[in-house]
Amino acid sequence: MEGELVLLDFWPSMFGMRTRIALAEKQIKYEYREEDLRNKSALLLQMNPVHKKIPVLIHNGKPVCESLIQVQYIDEVWNDRAPLLPSNPYQRATARFWADFVDKKIYDLGAKIWRSKGEEQEAAKKEFIECLKLLEGELGDKPYFGGKDFGYVDVALVPFYSWFYAYEKCGKFSIEAECPKLIAWAKRCMQKESVAKSLPDPEKIYDFVLQLKKAFGIE
Amino acid sequence: MASNDAEVKVLGTWSSPFVMRARIALNIKSVNHEFLQERLWEGKSQLLLNSNPVHKKVPVLIHGHHTICESLIIVQYIDEVWSSAPSILPSEPHERATARFWAAYLDDKWFPSMRAIGMAEGEDARRAAIGQVEEGLVLLEEEFGECSKGGPFFGGDRIGYLDIAFGCFLGWLRVTEKMSGIRLLNETNTPRLLKWAHGFCSDDAVKDVMPETEKLAEFAKMIKGRVKGATPRT
Repeated sequence: MEGELVLLDFWPSMFGMRTRIALAEKQIKYEYREEDLRNKSALLLQMNPVHKKIPVLIHNGKPVCESLIQVQYIDEVWNDRAPLLPSNPYQRATARFWADFVDKKIYDLGAKIWRSKGEEQEAAKKEFIECLKLLEGELGDKPYFGGKDFGYVDVALVPFYSWFYAYEKCGKFSIEAECPKLIAWAKRCMQKESVAKSLPDPEKIYDFVLQLKKAFGIE
Repeated sequence: MASNDAEVKVLGTWSSPFVMRARIALNIKSVNHEFLQERLWEGKSQLLLNSNPVHKKVPVLIHGHHTICESLIIVQYIDEVWSSAPSILPSEPHERATARFWAAYLDDKWFPSMRAIGMAEGEDARRAAIGQVEEGLVLLEEEFGECSKGGPFFGGDRIGYLDIAFGCFLGWLRVTEKMSGIRLLNETNTPRLLKWAHGFCSDDAVKDVMPETEKLAEFAKMIKGRVKGATPRT
């Protein structure tokens, strides 16, 4: 069933991390290939000609693009183990809704936090925390968004945890102070091997952000 | 879980392509449902604000005591609940991933560039937006060739997920063609899509929910007028 699997990725990408986690959850072997985004490989351009972005999952020569689509694909093909989406249609719709919410909000707000200053940064921080609080509400008292088991929304959101330190340093605020339950959830996820080995060290992410800021001429 | 015969309602507007997706999906499954029209220019109803507190947008699907938001999520929900009726998503995982990819492309890139045509300030911006829309249509023409397998629809013999995701925009595409004077779907660049569009709009699941181009064009003029501050919003 496995066939040949290649993941074209970039180590700091939260989107790539999602796919890494899903593959690890299912204990699937694959070849990881690091892309240099300033010099994209011919394979990447061929496999994702529309967006030219990572991650790209190539299964037996056929590409699957977009991280959440990849996670669903992995869940559907390797449906005999560690299910990520619930089986009940309403719960699935709810999981898809919150993963979509993460996609619509968290990346852009996080980017605004490290890229901007002053009022723009303050507005981004405020909205970012509001979104995290909404997610905390959805989590409630459950150990994971998926309930007692780690699931789709957990996979969608937890990669951003590796970027929280960078957001906090750039924005001069504490996410844990505002959203302690969410941080507790993230730490719980980090105890899973699939997550721990898929997320880079937050210090490395922060260094990466500092390099980006320098390259873009942002103070 | 709400049983298959619990009440089904769609909260939406006649002009929204996203709302149309939900209605088409329900029609494919022959599910009786009530269409509750929002009058968004009069302010959002309490029902809408209660059922979609996060985004406060249409469509919302109300199934028994469940509410489901986001049009593509609604379509997938409908496909999964009424699973004995004709399938909307393909059954093969790679084909499903491909259908989802193009639906996401339409929402994230293509439709925004089409809207940009109407809102473009200056000829350069307009041409750039038109160029993006045309490029997207060429990509979709190619994709149609690959996934229709000789059938009249992206889904093959029957309307499927990508047909719904794309076809819902045909009303607005025709309005854009009318207002810009450019035939975005044409024999030269998109002969297959031209044929597909006709078939889609005539389908039983679609024809009663696809708005007339004239009506949409008038509605577009009215919104533009309001947006430009002609009429203050209450």
